[in-house]
Amino acid sequence: MIKQWFQFLLIMMGVLVFAGCASTSQTQPTEAPDPLEAADTAPAPQQPPPEPPAFDSAGNPYVPGTMRVLGRTLYFDYDSADIKASDLRALELHARVLRNNRDRQVLIEGHCDERGTREYNLALGEGRANSVQTFLTSAGVFASQIETVSYGEERPEDPGHNEDAWSRNRRALLIYR
Amino acid sequence: MNVIKLVGFRGYQLKILLSMMFLPFCSVAAEGLGTIIIDAGYDRRTSIAIVPFDVDRSLGPTDRLADIIGFDLARSGYFDPMAFDNMLSLPTKPEEVFFRDWRILGVEYLVIGRGLGSLPGNGPVEYRVYDVYNEREISSGIHSVNDKDWRAVAHLISDEVFELITGIRGAFSTQLAYVLATNVGLPTATYNLEIADSDGQRGRTLFSSSQPLMSASWSPDGKLIAYVSFEERRPSIIVQEIATGNRRKIAQFQGLNGSPVFSPDGEKMAMVLSRDGNPEIYVMRLSDGRLRRITRHHGIDTEPSWDASGDRIIFTSDRGGQPQIYQVDLNTNYVERLTFRGSYNARARLLGDGNNMVYVHRRDGLFHIARQSMERDDFEILTSTNLDESPSIAPNGTMLIYATQDRGRGILSVVSIDGRVKYRLPSVSGDVREPAWSPYLENP
Repeated sequence: MIKQWFQFLLIMMGVLVFAGCASTSQTQPTEAPDPLEAADTAPAPQQPPPEPPAFDSAGNPYVPGTMRVLGRTLYFDYDSADIKASDLRALELHARVLRNNRDRQVLIEGHCDERGTREYNLALGEGRANSVQTFLTSAGVFASQIETVSYGEERPEDPGHNEDAWSRNRRALLIYR
Repeated sequence: MNVIKLVGFRGYQLKILLSMMFLPFCSVAAEGLGTIIIDAGYDRRTSIAIVPFDVDRSLGPTDRLADIIGFDLARSGYFDPMAFDNMLSLPTKPEEVFFRDWRILGVEYLVIGRGLGSLPGNGPVEYRVYDVYNEREISSGIHSVNDKDWRAVAHLISDEVFELITGIRGAFSTQLAYVLATNVGLPTATYNLEIADSDGQRGRTLFSSSQPLMSASWSPDGKLIAYVSFEERRPSIIVQEIATGNRRKIAQFQGLNGSPVFSPDGEKMAMVLSRDGNPEIYVMRLSDGRLRRITRHHGIDTEPSWDASGDRIIFTSDRGGQPQIYQVDLNTNYVERLTFRGSYNARARLLGDGNNMVYVHRRDGLFHIARQSMERDDFEILTSTNLDESPSIAPNGTMLIYATQDRGRGILSVVSIDGRVKYRLPSVSGDVREPAWSPYLENP
């Protein structure tokens, strides 16, 4: 049992070192084991490898352990504030970033498409921002790290009036600061 | 001498007037908003002749009184003003009126007017209204004019003529507030809170921001406008005094601060706050900011509107799963659902009679303005456009203005409460939205 554990530890340390090298040489690691799993389960190595920065120069988070920028926009179905299953992983990574960087805060903007009334959409947009907030706080992010604001339909990403534009406008944005 | 002037006047006017006074596509150039387009009026309209006032000769093309009065009356849907070039004579004084000239043209009412001051373009203006069939003067009035107030005087005369003949108080001297948004979706986006005359002219900016402005509403005395501003990157409710431009932030709680609506007595404001976790209707006493929470439900409660007595508020709630209109009695807190047709009914406004309301209604995926009597047996969709929203009722209850889309651009449109009269106020640039029709104003 102990032997198995030790083997696992060695593998994980290898992964971390590899990730570090890869990022300094600006190349993407090929499908490496999940860096997320690695950081959560690996005990601190005796000599920690150089960690990649958590944020880019604009203050936006990388996928932890990489220098891939983490997506900060989530899209929603019509009249829905439910987070899509495909966005859960990205949100888990945001939670990780915020847990690891307790001095950082995030503003969650909720937005809607133009259909329906403006004030009702303001409320819908708040529901979307709140869904993201609830996810992050239940994943261990401090409430004090999160602010929400709804812009309803007032600040579309795409000012068009068709299904394509509407699907881009039903969104929540995570803005780091 | 006089005759030569008049003939010259007619010749000068002819080209413009041919297109201007011809329903259903008559129009007047506007500064605040674009050219009004009249789409529909009543089948049986009263024939009226508004003869060019003598001062009109010295006024610019957008200030001529007879044009403005005629156009006001035309867009009301009740009147069919006669084109100037069809007139057989152009009287400006009582002794120049020959009823036979008008009777053979089928004109029912005649309006003439002239300046009484020494200088054209200044001093008081007198107008007279005649009943052609009974061959008598039925009203007259005098309005003093400053150089810049020609349009205001014209709207006042329109109000008086309209009420004299229809028995309904005129609302031409009222104003519109609206949001003009340009470059939406770009970093250069600009949001202006504007007010203009009821015909979209004489527009001016009350406040401009790079962040959204929304939900403008008038105080009952017409002196204040409340609205939602995101200028601090989160919503706050602002009350701005129109005359001075002074602004006061009255609400910036955690979460939503929206839907400000003054109570009929002007002492309170209904609003939507989510500071207790989700959007609820509150009433704020404006003297001291004290809040009273009106709704208690985990769903969305928003878009309050007062009835004329101030005793009840109607609002939008999705407590039934989809947005519908409810009303709450402010004395008992008793809540009652009012709409049952369709799966989306929102942002209702009550008519002054308290018996009818208008709201946004979705049918077959399209958003229209609908009217419903409070007894529920009488329901009518008033508009045939799509993405219609923000209905706002004229103070005389005959018309409502709403926002819609026209070829991808946000415009304002007007429809009568019975759905028969329609006209549009297109935008010159950008998207025009969220119109709010003012109450009657003392000094428009």
